[in-house]
Amino acid sequence: MTKKILIVGGGLAGTIIANGLCRQLTKQIKSGDVAITMLGTSDQHMYQPGLLYIPFGKMREAELFRDQRKVLDKRVPYFIDPAKNIDTDKKEVTTDSGKTYTYDYLVLATGSRIMPQSIPGMAESAHWFYDLEGARKMRSALDDFEGGKIVVNVNVPHKCPVAPLEITFMLYDYLTEKGVMDKTEITYTYPIGRLHGLEPVALWAQPEMDKFGIKYETFFNTKEVDPDNKTITSEEGETLSYDMLVTIPPHSGAEVISSSGLGDGGWVPTDKKKLLMDGTTDIFVCGDTTNIPISKAGSTAHFEADVVIDNLTSILTENRWARDYDGKVYCFIETGMDEGTYVWFNYTTPPNPGPPSQMIHWFKLAYNRLYWLSARGLL
Amino acid sequence: MSQRKTIDARGAFCPGPLMEVIAALKLIEIGDEVEVWSTDQGTVKDLPIWVDKVGHKLIETNECDGYWSLVVEKTK
Ligand SMILES: Cc1cc2nc3c(=O)[nH]c(=O)nc-3n(C[C@H](O)[C@H](O)[C@H](O)COP(=O)(O)OP(=O)(O)OC[C@H]3O[C@@H](n4cnc5c(N)ncnc54)[C@H](O)[C@@H]3O)c2cc1C
Repeated sequence: MTKKILIVGGGLAGTIIANGLCRQLTKQIKSGDVAITMLGTSDQHMYQPGLLYIPFGKMREAELFRDQRKVLDKRVPYFIDPAKNIDTDKKEVTTDSGKTYTYDYLVLATGSRIMPQSIPGMAESAHWFYDLEGARKMRSALDDFEGGKIVVNVNVPHKCPVAPLEITFMLYDYLTEKGVMDKTEITYTYPIGRLHGLEPVALWAQPEMDKFGIKYETFFNTKEVDPDNKTITSEEGETLSYDMLVTIPPHSGAEVISSSGLGDGGWVPTDKKKLLMDGTTDIFVCGDTTNIPISKAGSTAHFEADVVIDNLTSILTENRWARDYDGKVYCFIETGMDEGTYVWFNYTTPPNPGPPSQMIHWFKLAYNRLYWLSARGLL
Repeated sequence: MSQRKTIDARGAFCPGPLMEVIAALKLIEIGDEVEVWSTDQGTVKDLPIWVDKVGHKLIETNECDGYWSLVVEKTK
């Protein structure tokens, strides 16, 4: 009997897993013992980290996209037919088109999405760069910006924990180059009592912001935005006025996860080492959609995907568990337009970022290209 | 009966225990509770400050075997 692996979500995690399994299970796929199928939402695969450069015109939109069928191994049938309901008792997934897919092993890799509509006034008045439409609008707003108050507002939860700092320093560089920084005040707001979740990154960011005259407000969780008076108010009772509001909106997981009763907010309760949905042995969860208290980032998705590939392969070929996920996360951080640094950590090793350098910035730029090799599972 | 959601944020360096609590509070009903386990001593200092600023209620702080457990009730 063919063992069926169904992957829901064709973003970074789902694609790495599909391609990795094809390489590990070549014989079994050829003989028909294993079949892998993927369900997704689009014929295009987007390189999301590239969105950071769109508002500044530093990357062209076309550079963000590749044809998903070209990124994915040919042995994986890919259906642009989003999952509508996931029934883990019957081991089947029904889709928007009304089809039903059964599985022996399910991989949930449906990622996370921005929810500006969850905060009153935010969707109408804020700018963001976390999707293409938002990044385009922010690019035109920056083209027209001639000075004033910019608030960079960070909400919980969000993917890519370093993007808020990166956009802040890149805004500073961009506005300085444009010659309007002397007429501009940037204020960065963050939900907890320091400037970043990672303590060493927060300790590094504060003097950098002081040096550039960037203001900051900590313990700021957005309650509402008033588009008419151009103010933003926090749950903690602070109100700031703005001419341009740049937000990192709060995120949710995919709708299908919550509507199928698999996890509140679209976050799937997941064993942090096994990457199995809690209480199951046949449902792997990977990337942003887990509820693991860890950074929602491409590198997390990548390291987790490698673990899922190893374990699914071992289970199918040797009926054994291969290895646990150690919580590894690695992030490049752009500290301006031409310098960068990096940080890594896992469940037991705390982070310790090095000093920013131009070389690390070039690495990040190189990674912007290498991403496609990584999605193909070649890196 | 109020419900309690537990977050095991031991060894969670980023985004960290407090951010996990803030996110979890958004998903529960008023009167329900979030219990967070943290190995980061900073949480014991920061979490009560934040809870106080926002107006939620800190119900318990316990030092356990190598970690802290803090319970917050959502009040608004
Ligand atoms: C602006 C920005 C900058 C970033 N920068 C970095 C960075 O520098 N470094 C880094 O490591 N990470 C970065 N990230 C984060 C990174 O892109 C994500 O963490 C990563 O893509 C997560 O992978 P994933 O597979 O879990 O989710 P995704 O790649 O988002 O994929 C999820 C997929 O599931 C699909 N899906 C959703 N619902 C359904 C459904 N019902 N049925 C079928 N398919 C569905 C979606 O369409 C999507 O294709 C950045 C993100 C953004 C937005």
